[in-house]
Amino acid sequence: MIKLMKYLSFLQWICILVIIVFTACQVYLDLLLPDYMAEIISIISASGTTSEIWNVGFIMLGIALLSSLCTIVASWLASYISAGLCRTIRQKMFDSVQSFSMAEMNKFSTASLITRSTNDITQIQQVYGMGLRLLFVAPIMAGIAISKIVGKSSELSWVTAGFVVLMLLGIITMFLIVTPKFTKMQKKVDKLNSVTREELTGVRVIRAFNNEKLQTKKFEDANNDYSKINLFVGRAMAMLNPFMNIIMSGLSLAIVWFGCYLVGQSMLGVEQMMAFTQYATMVLVSFLTLTMFFAFLPRSIVSAKRIREVLACKTTILDGEGANFDDTKKGEIEFDNVSFSYDDAKFDVLKNISFKAKKGETVAIIGSTGSGKSTLINLIPRFYDVTKGAVKVNGVDVRKQTLHELRDSIGYVPQRGALFSGSIESNVNYGIDNVLSSEEMQKVLEISQSAEFVNKYKDKEKHHIAQDATNISGGQKQRLSIARALAKNSDILIFDDSFSALDFKTDRVLRNELKEKVKDVTKIIVAQRIGTVMDADQIIVLENGEMVGKGTHKELMKSCEVYRKLAYSQLSKKELSV
Amino acid sequence: MSNVTSERKPNRPGHGGGPMAGMRAVEKPVNFKSSLVKLLKCIKPFTVVLTVALIFAVASTVFQIIGPKILGDMTNEAYVILFGQQIDMAQISYWGLWLVILYALGAIFNYIQGFIMSTISVKITQKLRSQISEKINKLPLKYFDTTNHGDTLSRVTNDVDTIANTLNQSLSGIITAITTLIGVSIAMFSISWIMALVCWITIPIALLLTSLIVKFSQKFYKQQQQSLGDMNAHVEEIFSNHNIVKAFNGEEKENQKFIQNNDKLYVSGRNSMFTAGLMMPIMTFVGNLGYVLVSAVGGVLVLNGYIEPGSILSFLIYVKLFSQPLMQVASVANVLQSTVAASERVFNFLEEEELTPDCSTPKKIENVKGNVEFKNVCFGYSKNKQIINNFNVSVKAGQKVAIVGPTGAGKTTIVNLLERFYEIDSGDILIDGVSIKDLTRADVRNMFTMVLQDTWLFEGTIRDNIIYGKQNVTQEEVEQACKNANIHHFIMTLPNGYNYVLGDESNISQGQKQLLTIARATIQNAPMLILDEATSSVDTRTEELIQEAMDKLTQKRTSFVIAHRLSTIKNADIILVMKEGNIIEQGTHNELLKKNGFYAELYNSQFTQKEGQPN
Repeated sequence: MIKLMKYLSFLQWICILVIIVFTACQVYLDLLLPDYMAEIISIISASGTTSEIWNVGFIMLGIALLSSLCTIVASWLASYISAGLCRTIRQKMFDSVQSFSMAEMNKFSTASLITRSTNDITQIQQVYGMGLRLLFVAPIMAGIAISKIVGKSSELSWVTAGFVVLMLLGIITMFLIVTPKFTKMQKKVDKLNSVTREELTGVRVIRAFNNEKLQTKKFEDANNDYSKINLFVGRAMAMLNPFMNIIMSGLSLAIVWFGCYLVGQSMLGVEQMMAFTQYATMVLVSFLTLTMFFAFLPRSIVSAKRIREVLACKTTILDGEGANFDDTKKGEIEFDNVSFSYDDAKFDVLKNISFKAKKGETVAIIGSTGSGKSTLINLIPRFYDVTKGAVKVNGVDVRKQTLHELRDSIGYVPQRGALFSGSIESNVNYGIDNVLSSEEMQKVLEISQSAEFVNKYKDKEKHHIAQDATNISGGQKQRLSIARALAKNSDILIFDDSFSALDFKTDRVLRNELKEKVKDVTKIIVAQRIGTVMDADQIIVLENGEMVGKGTHKELMKSCEVYRKLAYSQLSKKELSV
Repeated sequence: MSNVTSERKPNRPGHGGGPMAGMRAVEKPVNFKSSLVKLLKCIKPFTVVLTVALIFAVASTVFQIIGPKILGDMTNEAYVILFGQQIDMAQISYWGLWLVILYALGAIFNYIQGFIMSTISVKITQKLRSQISEKINKLPLKYFDTTNHGDTLSRVTNDVDTIANTLNQSLSGIITAITTLIGVSIAMFSISWIMALVCWITIPIALLLTSLIVKFSQKFYKQQQQSLGDMNAHVEEIFSNHNIVKAFNGEEKENQKFIQNNDKLYVSGRNSMFTAGLMMPIMTFVGNLGYVLVSAVGGVLVLNGYIEPGSILSFLIYVKLFSQPLMQVASVANVLQSTVAASERVFNFLEEEELTPDCSTPKKIENVKGNVEFKNVCFGYSKNKQIINNFNVSVKAGQKVAIVGPTGAGKTTIVNLLERFYEIDSGDILIDGVSIKDLTRADVRNMFTMVLQDTWLFEGTIRDNIIYGKQNVTQEEVEQACKNANIHHFIMTLPNGYNYVLGDESNISQGQKQLLTIARATIQNAPMLILDEATSSVDTRTEELIQEAMDKLTQKRTSFVIAHRLSTIKNADIILVMKEGNIIEQGTHNELLKKNGFYAELYNSQFTQKEGQPN
């Protein structure tokens, strides 16, 4: 928590000082009230006049107002600082994550990065806000109150201290008993959730196997477990309230009882005794709020740690210096003896891959799941860097180009047709600086086989796309993501298994369109269907990260065992037209 | 890229947790009265215990209130010293001892009350959860296909927990608060009515200020939730599509959007935090105001001989006791509203329309042969859109039916109807001549074995998962089934073999899961089969294994196969061709090709292509 405070600006640090000053004022003023009350008692004892008391009363009223004003200013500053600090942290996190390569993304997992930059920051923002107020109040309160108390009666100070210790001990014991149960309770909630989710997601299977009873029993077990621990925690927590009451009342009683004795011994004035009960309660309350604050702390410490992990992580993919391109090599892709392994893996995911795609060629990559197809493709836009060898795009090693110029020359279509919320238009225009003219837009939509369904919408390409594009089908998503890549008008197109969400017919028509309409563009296609790759200029067959075949369909049918097996498992001999 | 679960937790206000509790935006129930009545009905069985708890609550509050009065008496006794008399320590000790007993009893009563309330709330919510779970089993499948799972889940946990919290804390808290207010007022009036009236001045001030703050802070809280929602949505979108943003150089665009969202969140977060934080200083001020009034007015009264000095001390404590319940009473409306809204959601779920009950005099089929006949079947998922019109087909025992069609053509509809997940609108489905409506759902489902592409396995051992369809089987049978399903060898390589626990982290591939579901189906050994063929999401070797296992499974069984492989389709006795939900063609492979319709087009486009030759 504290380490993250390095992101505070100078102004914010000043504000923290101001908070301390205002908090001190507020506490000082609050503690003045019992003094004035004691003065009223003195006036009474001295048989003073009514107007004397009224005067004191007005002063007290002024003090109460001032003290509240101090609190309001302090809490405004606290909100200002904590919200500001968290805005900065949020921005830094976002910058960090944006700079990450796929390697770092996978290290943290996307879901975790999302919670870290949303929930975790919200969590610490609240605690900063509370902390900036409460953390200062209790020590200042204790300091001033003790200095007043000690001067007046050391005996009563000891009594007060005793009660503070007693309260702290009580609360700490309480938390020691309950906290581990809370962790356990969380597990039981998770269990209950997972059983319920199971019941919901598996509803077809459960019913098909007539297993409703079995499932109900599982739920009941989880429900019982959860309720049992809830009961324990509930009953334990029920102790907190009576305990606090007895400490508070007990302290007042002890001070009055013992105070009376001291007054009897003439060791203390009556008005002092009364003021003392007030101080003592204030001290107790300030310690109480402090402990409550510390109860919140553990969770936010975890959050803060998770945030710092992200901020501390540096990307492994650094921008290149920029390169001079040879125009004759435009659109070329070359893998020069490329090997790749993930950071902590023992084995290479790709081993000694070499091939070259010339301008306008179609290169298909085929192989079973886990053979390294997607990994190979990810090396081209530098989502990862090679471990050995080099990948050259437009004739230059990708590591020498700036990421911006490299990625500008590539149109990438992912495996999952991922679109952004907005409109069809905003999605297609995503990769380019200016927007497409309506003719260009139509052309791109037509090639990608999207025009047919887009034009069915009343508002055509202005049609709204919901988050996760839930309002259109998987195949439509895929087609629009192809349109988005086409709109870039780049030298190279990469399709990462992008055709599998399409039905066979659309797949076929689309590839023919691509062949005709964007013939100068180099195309790299990853696929699992033999039909998709058959007519490529060059097919690369991968197995376990190694290139076991390279050539055209005809050549491979003759020479490559893996390819042949793959082909026969999908199509008949006649259809393969060998 | 890992897929982020789309099950988003709805941002529902709950209370109890978090430092800003009680400050959250309040969700209003649609029908407050009827939902409240239903909630009260749940509590009804506990009326007696509840009354006991409330009596204890009142008793402990009363003790809490008598205390300061005695404390005041003790102080008064000390005052005699000002008039030169000796303090009667015996009297003080007498009062002191009384107070010790009083406070101790108060604490015990308070605890008993808390104990009872927490017990009741756990019991009630446990029962509600059970009811929800039982309800899940009684709902038609349509409900699950049309509602978000996250929503039902949140009813089981969040909503029920909200109810629990209110029962546990707010209910007794409110009773205590009201008792305190009344009790303290009585105590104050019994000491001095002038002082009591002076204290009462603070009530309207407190109520006014609290409701003002709550109004403001809720407004800002809503704004904050809104901008937080925008921020989360944007971050989720960007992070899950990291590679797209990079590949299209979209970083700058997204950063601009992020800065905007972040600024909005900053402003609303700051305001929301500040207004919520105002509650404390304002209430402190009201408390201090009471304190000042008591001191000053009390002082004047003492001076004029109306009250004794110790009464000021009693009043000072009373003022403190007063301000806490005031806040509680002020927030009671909000707590009640969000609780009723939560219980409304729970009750709405419990009142969802249930499955039509099974036929009261069900028929039984001994020795199922597996003849299936669709007779004039009409069906639609919604009433106004019928997708299957007058469908007729007769399947003989042992035949294989292939269901084909493009993605999204509704091939699972046939499965839904056969398993009676959905009921047909008109016409009939006959098994061995008996209408499935005359059979119990359980019997119908026992006749079919089902293997779906969605490989649903639960958290538990491999063995438990495999015997899911039939509990009393020997280890040998399990192993034999797994051998048939080509998965035995793999299971043996796992730590603990058949006792290996499947969970989130277990290293089982999609293909292996598929094989496990085949083993599960093999064990069930039903006379008919519903099969969803795997598409190409598994590697070639596993696909071979799956295919082989599936082929074994289809032998000698009437089978309905959602087919993706050409060999399956060609060998099928009947092919049903589906498009946009409807069955548009039926027949054998050759018949359909001759017909030169949709099937022929589909077949030609996907399988018979020659290099460079569009068809």
